[in-house]
Amino acid sequence: MLSILDFSRNDLEYLFSVTDIMEKYLSEKRKLNLLEGYIVSLVFLEPSTRTMYSFQTATYRLGGKALVFSSTEATSIAKGENYADTIRMLDSYSDVLVIRSKYEGTAKYAAEIAEHPVINAGDGRHEHPTQAMIDLYTMYKLFGGIDGLTIGILGDLKYARTIASLLYGLTRFKPKMVYLISPSILRLRDEVRDTINELNLPYKEVSDIYEVIGELDVLYVTRIQKERYPDPMEYEKVKNLYKVTPELLKHAKKDLKILHPLPKVDEIDPRVDETEHAAYFYQASLGVPLRMALLALVTGVWR
Amino acid sequence: MKNSLIVAKIKNGTVIDHIPAGKALKVLKILGISGEEGYRVAIVMNVESKKIGKKDIVKIENKYLSKQELDLIALVAPVATINVIKDYNVVEKYKVTLPSTIKGLIKCPNPTCISRKHNEVAVSEFIVKNVNPVILECMYCKTRVYGEEIEKYLEA
Repeated sequence: MLSILDFSRNDLEYLFSVTDIMEKYLSEKRKLNLLEGYIVSLVFLEPSTRTMYSFQTATYRLGGKALVFSSTEATSIAKGENYADTIRMLDSYSDVLVIRSKYEGTAKYAAEIAEHPVINAGDGRHEHPTQAMIDLYTMYKLFGGIDGLTIGILGDLKYARTIASLLYGLTRFKPKMVYLISPSILRLRDEVRDTINELNLPYKEVSDIYEVIGELDVLYVTRIQKERYPDPMEYEKVKNLYKVTPELLKHAKKDLKILHPLPKVDEIDPRVDETEHAAYFYQASLGVPLRMALLALVTGVWR
Repeated sequence: MKNSLIVAKIKNGTVIDHIPAGKALKVLKILGISGEEGYRVAIVMNVESKKIGKKDIVKIENKYLSKQELDLIALVAPVATINVIKDYNVVEKYKVTLPSTIKGLIKCPNPTCISRKHNEVAVSEFIVKNVNPVILECMYCKTRVYGEEIEKYLEA
């Protein structure tokens, strides 16, 4: 499971239907033994808390055991071992590998080396397909489907890895329009733009969120990182233009839902958390059941 | 033939014709011929061509290359023709065609691509998204390389 582009619409819908069942099991507190006897390696070569814990929880909920190989301090990687050897070792210990790295393509590389299935849990700025599946599943739950939605994606479209995967995932459905809202220096990278062009995703790039806020069903927010701006003054200027505030939401549809891959810092005013628009905590809660479904499917224990 | 005034015919070997003017050295680089192998190699550059204005020609004596090896020169010489010479006769003649993927040979422009990471065994691999102009896409990180840029990323 390396890229969301490996999934057809049918595949994603099937994944969603299994996720529905996992959610139900969780709500019933049912004890599951689907992954009993299985060891899941969580290979986090770049620090992550949320994604790692969510995979770990999903493994435990399915009755499996997780082997955590996290950060590169105090491990063989720090001693100069290459990724290939680390992957080979963990592959021999476990039944599935979940891998996160700051290098683009690491999951594909791992899949070439490992005998067991590999799940990409984020590779540099390239892709973060499981997050995109959660994002799509959230829309599917909130609106009963993704077709026909008008979706705004706000913030750092250039470096946020969730964005590429989300856009690729959206090409499998028929959204009415996708508005890409960002300052001009944080527009999509060429390869992402080329790919969504080839796959005929309807989209428009805009700089001013006020232009489109009234049309949106979904507003997907990502953080604009200070480090991206060489000039702190410039950053201060754009920061507030791309911030979600109660004032902005006065112009929104009543049933607009706001999504965010989390963690959020100050791109969403905390007062928004209390409104009906905030769907990001709900979205985060779907991480575990979706990753349960995915683990059950890639290991083949769910048929 | 004017060209024959410059370089004599070869008895056995490979003649690569219709190389865009100035690209002959790049062609040899792609073929992995440095000169140290000992083959007699003739390079003719910037001569008149009816087909493409000006062109380069490369003749490699007593050396036959596989079609797979030769097709890679389409990266810099998309309309090159290959003439296989045996006993002064052209026994085979064909136009190069770019393969659908290219493994090794080109370094990914993205410094944080896994194929560039020190000490790993990942070999760069590109999908050919378009032939004319050439557009390549890294199979690891999806970074694209366009047309003339490709020469910058040829691995030594």
